[in-house]
Amino acid sequence: MAELLKLEVVTPEKYVISEDVEIVMAPGTLGEFGVLSGHTPFLTSLKPGKINYKDASGKEKALFVSGGFSEALPDKVTILAESAERRRDIDIDRARAALERAQKRLAQEKADNVNFERAKIAMYRAIERIKIAETRGL
Amino acid sequence: MATLKEVQTKIVSVKKTKQITKAMNMVATSRLRGAQTTMEAFRPYAEKFSEVLGNIADKAGDDASPLLTPREEVNKINIVLMTSDRGLCGGFNFNLIEAAEKLMNEKVSQGIDVSFTNFGKKGRDWCRNNKQQINKEYLNVVGGKFGFNVASTSGQELIDGFLDGTYDEVYVVFANFQGMAAQPPVVKQLLPIPVIETAEADTDDTSYIAEHIIEPSPDELLNEMLPKNIFIQIYNGLLETSTSEHAARMKAMDNATKACNDMIDNLTLAYNKARQAAITMELMDIVGGAEALKG
Repeated sequence: MAELLKLEVVTPEKYVISEDVEIVMAPGTLGEFGVLSGHTPFLTSLKPGKINYKDASGKEKALFVSGGFSEALPDKVTILAESAERRRDIDIDRARAALERAQKRLAQEKADNVNFERAKIAMYRAIERIKIAETRGL
Repeated sequence: MATLKEVQTKIVSVKKTKQITKAMNMVATSRLRGAQTTMEAFRPYAEKFSEVLGNIADKAGDDASPLLTPREEVNKINIVLMTSDRGLCGGFNFNLIEAAEKLMNEKVSQGIDVSFTNFGKKGRDWCRNNKQQINKEYLNVVGGKFGFNVASTSGQELIDGFLDGTYDEVYVVFANFQGMAAQPPVVKQLLPIPVIETAEADTDDTSYIAEHIIEPSPDELLNEMLPKNIFIQIYNGLLETSTSEHAARMKAMDNATKACNDMIDNLTLAYNKARQAAITMELMDIVGGAEALKG
């Protein structure tokens, strides 16, 4: 069995996860990255997206994060996210509504506007949520 | 001496007041517990965040973000005043407003314009009564259930206002929850962000913190983290103010209940005295009447 590292996912409202895992895959701003035990200290911001991890029993699990930061140390990965949800906690109707809203706003705003950027991020968030919620078996 | 009936009515009314204050005390106690739990749940995030921020701030350039740069000339400031929506919590709101007023007077005497962002009705009402400019008000947040999104929405508005020059400095006034007995008001500068304390050098972690690979560049990462730092501070202020409000109300209602008990005791004494006086009077009447009949 591979050596384990600790995964901690923290949001302002609660500890979402704190458990020993084999591997963590996270959506970094410059691309997805994977962390195994013994990783070089690494700090990056995250995009809205999916965190995959394999728990101690080798079961694959996924989690949605709305963006944030991740710090990897040799024996520990800490993810600081504004919100993080397990698949079963995702409110898919709300995500769909958010997607629609974001698309509407994107159609109205000019491309160099701050609101445009925000709508874009909101859209990504909604899309990622829906994608995870619709994946089976996680 | 008050008549029997009057005293009795008063006793009944004080007893009713006591029921209310007692119930409010109990409600405040249970809300306080909830608020404290939320506060504790937030602590790990806040601690980790400031640790990471400290590391990054160390490596990024001084002028990495416009949020860090103080304005050469400060003409307008914005005060974020956090108070409760409801009263009956002793001097809690008064203390907060007083702190804000002190800051305001100090700035006005330097010829600086002051505007307000209000969390909570009490502070808003004060601003209205004193004809202060209110940029934005958020009601029904403090003391209730609220999520991080309240802090990020309001925080983003403050940042936007700062960047487009609506105001040159932003301060926040909130209650610092130190325990059941003390919730002193605290004034903190939000924007421009005061110098960030860098990570302590004496922890064991430093050896590998120094070798962190950082993606994207430290400057970019800092630029992403700074606004979040503002949100965190606002969220923290809101949590502390909420917790303090409940603690203050608990204390105030406890005192009120005690005062009610004292009043009931005194009134009961007065009632008994009045009753005894009435009985004595009646007896004297009867005795007097009987004596008269004997002739």
